Amino acid sequence: MARTLIHAPSTARKGEVMEIRTLIAHPMETGYRAGSDGRTLPRDIIRRFSCRYNGEVVFSADLYPAISANPYLAFSVVANASGTLSFTWEGDNGFAQTENASITVA
Amino acid sequence: MTRIAVAPTLSRRQLMAAGLGVGLAVTWRPARALSDELAGALRGFTGGAPTKEGRVNFDIAPLVENGNTVPITLTVQSPMSAADYVQAVAVFNEKNPQREVVSCKLSPAMGKAVVSTRIRLATTQQLVAVAKMSDGSYWTHTVDVVVTLAACIE
Amino acid sequence: MKLGVASIAATLGLLCASSVLAQAAADKRRSGYDTMSARIQAMQRDDLQNPGMLWVADGEVLWKKIFGISFSCAHCHGDAKQTMKGVAAKYPDWDPIEKRPVDLGQRINLCRTRHQLVLPLPPESVELLGLEAYVAHQSRGMPLAPSSAKELVEPRERGRRQYEQRIGQLNLSCAQCHDERAGKSLAGSTIPEGHVNGYPTYRLEWQGLGSLQRRLRNCLSGVRAEPPPFNSIEMVELELYLAQRSAGMKVESPAVRP
Repeated sequence: MARTLIHAPSTARKGEVMEIRTLIAHPMETGYRAGSDGRTLPRDIIRRFSCRYNGEVVFSADLYPAISANPYLAFSVVANASGTLSFTWEGDNGFAQTENASITVA
Repeated sequence: MTRIAVAPTLSRRQLMAAGLGVGLAVTWRPARALSDELAGALRGFTGGAPTKEGRVNFDIAPLVENGNTVPITLTVQSPMSAADYVQAVAVFNEKNPQREVVSCKLSPAMGKAVVSTRIRLATTQQLVAVAKMSDGSYWTHTVDVVVTLAACIE
Repeated sequence: MKLGVASIAATLGLLCASSVLAQAAADKRRSGYDTMSARIQAMQRDDLQNPGMLWVADGEVLWKKIFGISFSCAHCHGDAKQTMKGVAAKYPDWDPIEKRPVDLGQRINLCRTRHQLVLPLPPESVELLGLEAYVAHQSRGMPLAPSSAKELVEPRERGRRQYEQRIGQLNLSCAQCHDERAGKSLAGSTIPEGHVNGYPTYRLEWQGLGSLQRRLRNCLSGVRAEPPPFNSIEMVELELYLAQRSAGMKVESPAVRP
């Protein structure tokens, strides 16, 4: 389980545009770098990020080796109903992690 | 007898031409010529559809301290309503080992078409951000970035 | 009576003003933060953007972890947010048992071997950096306050001589770049003053968090000198001098630097 830091408000007014910020610990090994033995280190990156709001995908991103290590993604979501915001990262070597945040919408 | 130096006066024709030149430089921005690599990557995203400069703002430092972690923000002007929203936004580069940087799918549920992340740039190069609107139009913003290397590395 | 109070207040006011002015006039030092671009400064300031905070979060978990068959850091030290305030700001410090100065990472490992009865963590390991980052973070915002133990006077002086000694194939001393030419450019990068108020630091070049020792090794490679091994006495004496050189500057750990 990689360390994540997520900023998502726990409460919001209906219609409010919530700023979401996510950070996950991951080396994002490009597959183009040589190790200390001279051999190319195999690619190991997060390939896809998706944010679901009560089950529906509201934002997703395909990431490539050009995304820096410890990927940071910030975007926004309109608060419309109480429920769950879930964040999923998937990548090479079977990497898959989901974090959830509850949101109460007044 | 005093000699008074007189600056040569421009003829009215010359003045008008100068003014027009300045006006052109300020108001007319020709479409930025993309390098072949970038143009090809862009075609892959748009499927050959025409693109226009504008509506997308690719915010990135023109001079970057370290190419390993470059903060960027993509902002697209759009009401993000069900009828008129940004469907996708992507970034392509010119001189990294591969052209793609990131490709995002957006929805009206976002409220704003603003995405921030951090990217790697191998060297000084051109980058293009492209947005696809729900009406099928494509908009781009091309930037040139100078990348400096950190001193004293491992 | 009223005159007396008024004159005392006026004198105090003058004293405060003059000491503030004196401080402002005296401290022309610039943290590495001040020489960075606005965007990277913003990355450090926002705890949800600062990648170093991922290691701080790791450290918070490790603080409570029971290693081996003994106990956690929290068992003796309780809530780090209270007990570790100001602690990192005084390192390197004198260890009376080892009879040598030790930096924060070495101190953490001494706790492990002496009290927790477990093996020390390898230098620059994720766990050691996590604990260092977590402890150093508790001093954020406080001034660096190097220990005044009298045993540190001579090691610190040896560190100062190292700092001023020309070394390596390029025959450069630390002072030549970081004292004499700070603010000028070296191959497109601005030379910082080389302060140590932000360690462990997330260096964009590493795309990871690292200790001051790691950064010093980069400098030594930069002048084509052979870096001494991790945790050698020369490294710690240099760290000791650097801490004194940066004394009073606000701790920024975990800092972000190019």
